[in-house]
Amino acid sequence: MTDALVTVDHAALTLGGQAVLEDVSLTLAPGRITTLIGPNGAGKSTLARLVLGLARPDRGRVVRRPGLTLGYMPQHLRVDESLPLTVDRFLWLAAPGRTGARRDALQRTGVAHLRRRAVRQLSGGEMQRVLLARALLRRPDLLVLDEPAQGVDVAGQDALYGLLGQVRDETGCGILLISHDLHLVMARTDEVVCLHHHVCCSGTPEAVSRDPAYQRLFGTHGMANLALYTHQHDHDHDLSGDVHGGQSHGGPHHRGHHHD
Amino acid sequence: MIELLAPALLAGLAVAVVAGPMGAFVVWRRMAFFGDTMANSALLGAALALALQVNLYLAVSAACLTVAVVLVGLQRQRQIADDTLLGIVAHITLALGVIALSLQDSVQVDLFAYLFGDLLAVGWSDVLALWAGAVLILALLVWQWRPLLSITVNEDLARVEGVAVTRTRLLLMLLLALLITGAIRTVGVLLITSLLVMPAAGGRRLAHTPEQMALFASLIGLAAVTLGLTLSWYANTPVGPSIVVTAALLFGLTLLRRPAS
Repeated sequence: MTDALVTVDHAALTLGGQAVLEDVSLTLAPGRITTLIGPNGAGKSTLARLVLGLARPDRGRVVRRPGLTLGYMPQHLRVDESLPLTVDRFLWLAAPGRTGARRDALQRTGVAHLRRRAVRQLSGGEMQRVLLARALLRRPDLLVLDEPAQGVDVAGQDALYGLLGQVRDETGCGILLISHDLHLVMARTDEVVCLHHHVCCSGTPEAVSRDPAYQRLFGTHGMANLALYTHQHDHDHDLSGDVHGGQSHGGPHHRGHHHD
Repeated sequence: MIELLAPALLAGLAVAVVAGPMGAFVVWRRMAFFGDTMANSALLGAALALALQVNLYLAVSAACLTVAVVLVGLQRQRQIADDTLLGIVAHITLALGVIALSLQDSVQVDLFAYLFGDLLAVGWSDVLALWAGAVLILALLVWQWRPLLSITVNEDLARVEGVAVTRTRLLLMLLLALLITGAIRTVGVLLITSLLVMPAAGGRRLAHTPEQMALFASLIGLAAVTLGLTLSWYANTPVGPSIVVTAALLFGLTLLRRPAS
């Protein structure tokens, strides 16, 4: 892991008198999908902001590989009513190059037909795909997605996560995913980090799902669903082959600790 | 008539052409009250220029910019809401400006001209200065258009994509300060906000892209200045307010049209 994209080293951050992050460490590597899970208000978005350089830790440090290109898909993006903006113009802001590149990016996320539409008129799901297209347009080394499945139906979610896997395989970029909905995400990820102001446990999806810290945080309800999708996960790998190192799949490797 | 009106017309057009795109940013970023506050502080700058015997334009730009930067700093605190803060600062600067101007007993100061403009009093040297300023502002806008637009749409995305957000925001303040400086001799500090907001609001009704909106705003502003000056000439009404009323009428006309997307 010498070529880590971003390393968060014992970072702590207090916002408005509340400790949002306490002693959090995280390493994001190329070609690896890391999923950040945790309940609402656990500090997931804040940790993503540290990774992106949108916030600075009070203690500890965040090291980004020099020359790192970031792609970011925020949770929400509202364009003011007073600003007339087409999808094409919106993408142009990220990459002013050829129209063809913007069309390709939209094609990729399945919304090529929206290119001339006003951003303001997009539905939640359409906006998510446009945001993803904007992030992909920059050919990022690291893609950070904050709750990418919001407003997307189940079939759409499946397609979205499938696309992320594809992007990772093709470009070798690292991906940091934030979710509070584990079911679909777990099956598509190499590493899961369970966050509740601090890292409760981390490791492969299988290992984390068996961790008592995880079970306490999410209950056993999620477990039944998880089993189903874990099966799907294996199936995916049979099809695509073991394309990405696989060190994080090599058995129940995980780190964790117990809550008192 | 034309020799008399030419400098006034050219000076007004210089302000209007820049007020188009700048007004678009004011509308997009909901900075109308902010612009108003900056404009009020221009009066303080004018008083300062008289007291210290320095160049009017220089002192006014400096005062506007200082107030803008202080405001941005103050907006970081969370005790006082943004619009409350602006309401306080706007009227403190206005009151201090009027007091400071009234203390200049050595010079006869036409307060009314600063507040509501005196386009008919501008000379050719003013026209030259205003157009130089206009060209400078437009050039900077074109050069920095993408970062300016990017931070307006979403600052987080802009920052992740490598835009120097703070520097770009400062540039926008600087441009606004320069424009307000141009306004002090032409449409007046109390009326400049309307020349920023109304053409842009009208342009919004007609435009599909940000660039179109800026362009239409400029055109509406140019028309408002030309027609307003004509109105003032024939009806013998004050110039600045005539321009504002014309701009309002033109905005009213755009309301008749079904809005663009």
